[in-house]
Amino acid sequence: MPQTLEPSPQQIKEEKIYRKMGLTDEEFERAEKMLGRTPNYTETGLFSVMWSEHCSYKSSKPVLKRFPTEGKQVLQGPGEGAGIVDIGDNQAVVFKIESHNSPSAIEPYEGAATGVGGIVRDVFSMGARPIAAMNSLRFGELSSSRVRYLLEQAVAGIADYGNTLGVPTVGGEIQFDPSYESNPLVNAMVVGLLNHEDMQKGQAKGVGNTVMYVGSKTGRDGIHGATFSSSELSEAEDEERAAVQAGDPFTEKLLMDACLELIHSDALIGIQDMGAAGLTSSSAEMASKAGYGVEMDLDLVPQREENMTPYEMMLSESQERMLIVIKNGREQEIIDLFAKYDLEAVSIGHVTDDKMLRLFHKGAVVAEVPADALAEDAPVYHKKAEEPAYYREFQSMEQDVIHITDYQETLLKLLEQPTIASKQWVYEQFDHQVGLNTVVTPGSDAAVVRIPGKNKAIAISTDCNSRYIYLDPETGGKIAVAEAARNVVCSGAEPLAITDGLNFGSPDKPEIFWQIEKSAEGISAACRALNSPVISGNVSLYNEKGGKAIYPTPIIGMVGLISDLNHVTTQSFKAKGDLVYMIGETKQEFGGSELQKMVRGDISGKAPEIDLDKEVRRQKQLLEAIRSGLVSSAHDISEGGAAVALAECLFETDGLGAEITLPGDETTVLFSETQSRFIVSVKKENQAAFEQAVEDAQFIGEVTGNEELVIQNENKELLIKINSKSLEEAWKKAIPRLLNKV
Amino acid sequence: MKIAIVVFPGTTCETDTFEAAGQVSGVKATYVSHDETDLDSFDAILLPGGAAYGDAIRPGAIAKRQPVMGAVKKAAEAGKPVVGIGNGFQILLEAGLLPGTVLQNETLKFVCKQMELFVQNSDTCFTSLYEDGEKIKMPIAHKVGRYFCDEAIYKQLKENNQIIFTYTSENPNGSIGGIAGITNERRNVLGLMPHPERAIDTLLGSTDGVKLFQSIERNWRESHAANA
Repeated sequence: MPQTLEPSPQQIKEEKIYRKMGLTDEEFERAEKMLGRTPNYTETGLFSVMWSEHCSYKSSKPVLKRFPTEGKQVLQGPGEGAGIVDIGDNQAVVFKIESHNSPSAIEPYEGAATGVGGIVRDVFSMGARPIAAMNSLRFGELSSSRVRYLLEQAVAGIADYGNTLGVPTVGGEIQFDPSYESNPLVNAMVVGLLNHEDMQKGQAKGVGNTVMYVGSKTGRDGIHGATFSSSELSEAEDEERAAVQAGDPFTEKLLMDACLELIHSDALIGIQDMGAAGLTSSSAEMASKAGYGVEMDLDLVPQREENMTPYEMMLSESQERMLIVIKNGREQEIIDLFAKYDLEAVSIGHVTDDKMLRLFHKGAVVAEVPADALAEDAPVYHKKAEEPAYYREFQSMEQDVIHITDYQETLLKLLEQPTIASKQWVYEQFDHQVGLNTVVTPGSDAAVVRIPGKNKAIAISTDCNSRYIYLDPETGGKIAVAEAARNVVCSGAEPLAITDGLNFGSPDKPEIFWQIEKSAEGISAACRALNSPVISGNVSLYNEKGGKAIYPTPIIGMVGLISDLNHVTTQSFKAKGDLVYMIGETKQEFGGSELQKMVRGDISGKAPEIDLDKEVRRQKQLLEAIRSGLVSSAHDISEGGAAVALAECLFETDGLGAEITLPGDETTVLFSETQSRFIVSVKKENQAAFEQAVEDAQFIGEVTGNEELVIQNENKELLIKINSKSLEEAWKKAIPRLLNKV
Repeated sequence: MKIAIVVFPGTTCETDTFEAAGQVSGVKATYVSHDETDLDSFDAILLPGGAAYGDAIRPGAIAKRQPVMGAVKKAAEAGKPVVGIGNGFQILLEAGLLPGTVLQNETLKFVCKQMELFVQNSDTCFTSLYEDGEKIKMPIAHKVGRYFCDEAIYKQLKENNQIIFTYTSENPNGSIGGIAGITNERRNVLGLMPHPERAIDTLLGSTDGVKLFQSIERNWRESHAANA
């Protein structure tokens, strides 16, 4: 029997076998102290996964605590599968972002696919029907064939999984930078919709109630996935490949439909996804949250491989499984319900009052650990933070002064930069329309999804300019939230709340931990200013290879509410003769900009400044103007500056152009990335009312019908005069060309 | 008019199709399960899109063996309108209710986008409210949608005017002759890759799919009145 080969508690301790599972000497001692004895092999496994960063947030907890998480719109903050926000009419939206970085670096197709699967389960386990998926991706430069392979496979994995599921993937963002070469980031966000009375929690309460296992059988895939994703990628990728799970979207679809039927049953007490750390985390967390214990007989766990040990069953991360707790005596109706969907539901244990997680196998107790010890009492580390030398150097630099002369050529080149270029190649692979609610499809500032049967919609945006965050994490953190909000506001929505996907290098390095702390401070400040609390999130640390960390990348997923479908606004200009305004002034700010990266080959200096009071005022005034029907189109100015934003306003229009005058230093007004700015078009008859409503709006020109972007300086000297279709073509063809597809 | 919406495990477009068919006045849409064996009480059958059985083996390969398909065949033989959209088209091809097959897209990738189509034949119970040669917009969303058949079948499709929809300029998947939708010889079974149920709302980009559902109802009503 395999388990007879397992080392004894004595061996685990003496040979320090726990280290291989990711526990430190101190952590192993702590576990011993909590148990009052040396844990056996299975128990050591339970501690190691539950105390991994991925499950316990042991290094990030002190930082996460500082996020604002409350607001009158918040029905459920961080701590459950996903957060919940009220949208009125007895309805609420449920959302969360989650990373699947390490698996995607090793096995991009399955890694990305199962990332979608996991976050979908998190959302429907709250009782919500998933109505939209988004993704936020980071890769190295497309000149590398390995990067192209990772991108193609990750996108195909997301597409095949989401498309089969019938959940529309409505948007997202991708950026490219050498820092992600070996550590791509795959963060997936899902938004679900529920009625207030259907809200569920993952808890195991009521002594004698039955613990049931539903969904796919357990195999040996993904064992120690949570531990592996909490460490630096090693060269031994093959060994780690076994820790990557394989997804089955068809089973997930059945499981989703069955669980959404289950939530209406009064037999249901609690439900939780078997995500990271599988059966261990779901059982221990459900018991701990409810203040009860759970006993399970592992012989009853549906298994798809022979001779699985308790250790393997408890640590497996096989996909498409849920743990549910139901009222004692109601098992048969649950079995029947799942059978309708061709799924197994098996009673594997019950709820106890002794707060222990107790596991039986072949008639013997194989593990007996306090549920709280696993779920609540992981060590918390207050890691050392230290301002890095590079930051001091960047802060002491003078503003980078860039003067170019070939404005038109520069604009074309900027539109071809992969971070700016059209991502059509990616989002065309996602079914973004199933469900008949996708009002604004991918490629706009924010995706807009109608609330079925209602005259309202939600706007969803994911954002994070990690270059700014690298240069200055606090300022960059503020900008990430502010930009997400700008995107949401431009679509006609009021920001509701955010979820954050915190992707960083090793927190054991003081410079990295400083990035984490500072960016969290920036995010918190912006969340407070914009009244958008953090309601859920995910932490992915140790994104390093060979000691080289990714850029700090806290991805912000924001959801806003559009209270009337008439308020839905898009970025493209609408009609000849409309007036064009720029909201906000432009300063010479090239630190971390697309232009700096293109011209200098790297980024340096200070990130653009941001004044949150100004930001909030402009967003409020713009949203009010949109709601009053004064705005024809709205677009935020981001990477590439005003020239890029103006070009984008002409894309996908029917032959529109624009004649624009931008006063001031030419390179600056065209390409600087000063924050808190927008391009807005307004019908002539709304001119006075609009100017009254938005105080920082400056008139800069007019929409024309001649399919040409014309930009001149205040002396009427022509800076740019180019056919808008040629701009669009450059923008559209860049990524396919880099992928050698055209 | 009673329309059956056939749902297999893995079907995803049933609610969208239900909404599109159900909003035509005079139509009552009903979901029927893959294990239903009797569809006699329905006047038309719709097979919506999705990925029945997770597209295992080939799209439609398992669905075609389900009990409901006997009833779908019977309805087709009785001359009732039968429409397969996306995965539904794939199932009808697998079941032999339509000639030819669909292959993986030339790009080998899933593609979801709004497409412009020509209505090639308005003389069917599905297209009578369109004009011949009319340009319409409907979205596509598929990975296996490249229509393929041998020359003899292609010749027959053309001669019998069984090619109902073609892509206008861009062929998104490599289909023979840009084919987007065909009927059987009798023209009462239609299969198409574009999704007419996604083109019923200006807010979502097109309303050109509405006339397809209206045509079915109109022709049923007229033939019904004539027979009565």
